[in-house]
Amino acid sequence: MADPRTTPPSRTTPPARTTPPVRTNAGPGRLLIAVYLLFAIAATSRAGLQIITRFDEAPLAYLLSALAAVVYIVAAVGLARAGHAGRRVALACCTVELVGVLGVGAFSLARPDLFPDETVWSGFGEGYGYIPLLLPVLGLAWLWKTR
Amino acid sequence: MSDVGSPVDGALAVAAIVLSLLVAAWALVATLRQRAPDRVQLIGLAVLELLLIGLAVLAGVALAGGDQPGEPGAFFGYLVTLVCLPPLAAVLARMEPTRWGSAIVCAICLVTPVVVVRLQQTWELLGG
Repeated sequence: MADPRTTPPSRTTPPARTTPPVRTNAGPGRLLIAVYLLFAIAATSRAGLQIITRFDEAPLAYLLSALAAVVYIVAAVGLARAGHAGRRVALACCTVELVGVLGVGAFSLARPDLFPDETVWSGFGEGYGYIPLLLPVLGLAWLWKTR
Repeated sequence: MSDVGSPVDGALAVAAIVLSLLVAAWALVATLRQRAPDRVQLIGLAVLELLLIGLAVLAGVALAGGDQPGEPGAFFGYLVTLVCLPPLAAVLARMEPTRWGSAIVCAICLVTPVVVVRLQQTWELLGG
């Protein structure tokens, strides 16, 4: 044990600092993965159906739906796998999502003619209760908190 | 309004929506009280699943009788998703025996009524 007089108490590092980072796939992270899973299902089935049945009507919107679907699936897997690679994958996906929902949201309002049909990200995700806008922010916050 | 009654727009659908919201409220209280998913949540999910299977059976009977949903692809997509939701909530709740398990049950039970309503809309789209 170190002499208490030589180590000022305010400078001692708590043992919690040396513990490994919190896993991304437990606690609140599992709730996040569940919501990502729901959006992966929603976006995949929606994009699949749109592309199979009426691709010609709005190819850009439907391809963006498909991209969103892939990103949600990969993000869910990245968060669930918890390791370093998983974290990086999840970080990349959340960033793409945030850029996507902001970009597509702005574009769908500025140039509605490009989006004759809705995508998951249209109007900043208003068709899905703005959760597509909230989800990447929560994902990035969770990755930051468990870093 | 269509003259042919929708098979997914009756007392059973209303019961499923109400029960789902009740389980969501109960799970939210459990989350706020830092409680893991309890027996009430799991029984609620089981009863909800029975109601949703009943809804799927009604839809199947209507289809066998010659009725057609307005958007068949979307209708079956929503129906399959709907029946999978309570088991998904139960499995995730068992994997996460903390307050966050209750939060997952709450989230999925909030999504379920939305899917029921979408299911009803995809049946009735024809002519509407």
